Amino acid sequence: MAIPYDSAAKFQDYARPEMLVTTEWLAAHLNDADLVVAESDEDVLLYETGHIPGAVKLDWHTELNDPVTRDYLDGAGFARLMSEKGIARDTTLVLYGDRNNWWAAYALWVCTLFGHPDLRLLDGGRTKWIAEGRDLSVDPAERPATEYPVVARDDSTVRAFRDQVEAHLGQPLIDVRSPGEYTGELLHMPDYPQEGALRGGHIPGAKSVPWSRAAAEDATFRTRTELEAIYQGEAGLQPADDVVVYCRIGERSSHTWFVLHHLLGYPNVRNYDGSWTEWGNSVRVPIHRGEQP
Amino acid sequence: MTTGTLHPRLQEIADDFLAVPDRDRLQLLLEFAQDLPPLPVRYAGHRDLMEPVPECQTPLFLAVEVDEDDRVHLFFDAPQESPTTRGFAGILHAGLDGLDASQILATPGEFSTQLGLQDLVSPLRLRGMAAMLARIKRQLRDKAA
Repeated sequence: MAIPYDSAAKFQDYARPEMLVTTEWLAAHLNDADLVVAESDEDVLLYETGHIPGAVKLDWHTELNDPVTRDYLDGAGFARLMSEKGIARDTTLVLYGDRNNWWAAYALWVCTLFGHPDLRLLDGGRTKWIAEGRDLSVDPAERPATEYPVVARDDSTVRAFRDQVEAHLGQPLIDVRSPGEYTGELLHMPDYPQEGALRGGHIPGAKSVPWSRAAAEDATFRTRTELEAIYQGEAGLQPADDVVVYCRIGERSSHTWFVLHHLLGYPNVRNYDGSWTEWGNSVRVPIHRGEQP
Repeated sequence: MTTGTLHPRLQEIADDFLAVPDRDRLQLLLEFAQDLPPLPVRYAGHRDLMEPVPECQTPLFLAVEVDEDDRVHLFFDAPQESPTTRGFAGILHAGLDGLDASQILATPGEFSTQLGLQDLVSPLRLRGMAAMLARIKRQLRDKAA
């Protein structure tokens, strides 16, 4: 790759240290010609209130999803989006966002479906950048359009569909939602229907590991030793396992996918993006309630 | 006023949103977020005195008061790093604060869908605004009962 990796000591313990950059590294490389920074947030207005200078906005809801079918963009749509954002196939794309990089990890996972070669995540995301008092800009970034090639989306390696999850029952599953969502205790307020799913609970056999446990107080990823204690020590995963992760719509579980696949080096991790809003609405699929997997 | 009619103040806000292209609608929402009044001292730091709105994806608390002239006053507490939620609160404040209870109760529950934001903001977030309105209306009904 044209742009060198961040050689920060903490990253060297991870399976793929090249997937992360520090705020210091990014500040020093902001003007690199072949690098584009993209902000992806849970809050659709946060970018407008101030973002890393030069960063483009990548919105999960309006840009990465097909507007009609519940699916992601196709190859042509992704090529169009990347071209408009000024991202070329050989661009180093650094993603960051709010809430411990929740949505940035989701955007990175979607970009992975199209095999974008050089994707990196800003460790600590928006929170750390701002906490360190680094520069922000309110000017929307305008980059010259590129000619991004049309690359077919590959749904076979990091994505799981409902029928595949049904066939996967009995093998490792990680539910990354909050404990209340996992047990099925929903917030049933009078007059306010719970959004999203008709049934509460979790997929049988799924272990509960809320996604945010992978993040430290300053929004950076926990160290490899800490992550292994959580996912291998507590949840009992093994690196060779075939793992499926899920949440409500597949966003929080993208974060856990990133941790298991890139930081701990598990080769076979798939994100079930249908997640609970599909499973919890499906007829005749098995559901477990309560604290036991 | 019959049920389902938008008060002229809310109608004007909806018209403003629909009059501008998509990109500017987010800017307009941001302006409402910035114009949301700060909490008065009696509520600042007193979320226990306010009603939580868990339907919003970020923490939002609201309080509803009716003064001696039967005017309704609305108070919202949402973090600065949640501008979308603040924007929705700002719209409700700009559109409803100072009206009387019957005018607010007449506001259609689906008002949040009339701002042309469906393609810009996730449905879950829009439901957050609908929930704020529903909770305001329920508080007003409770106060009247």
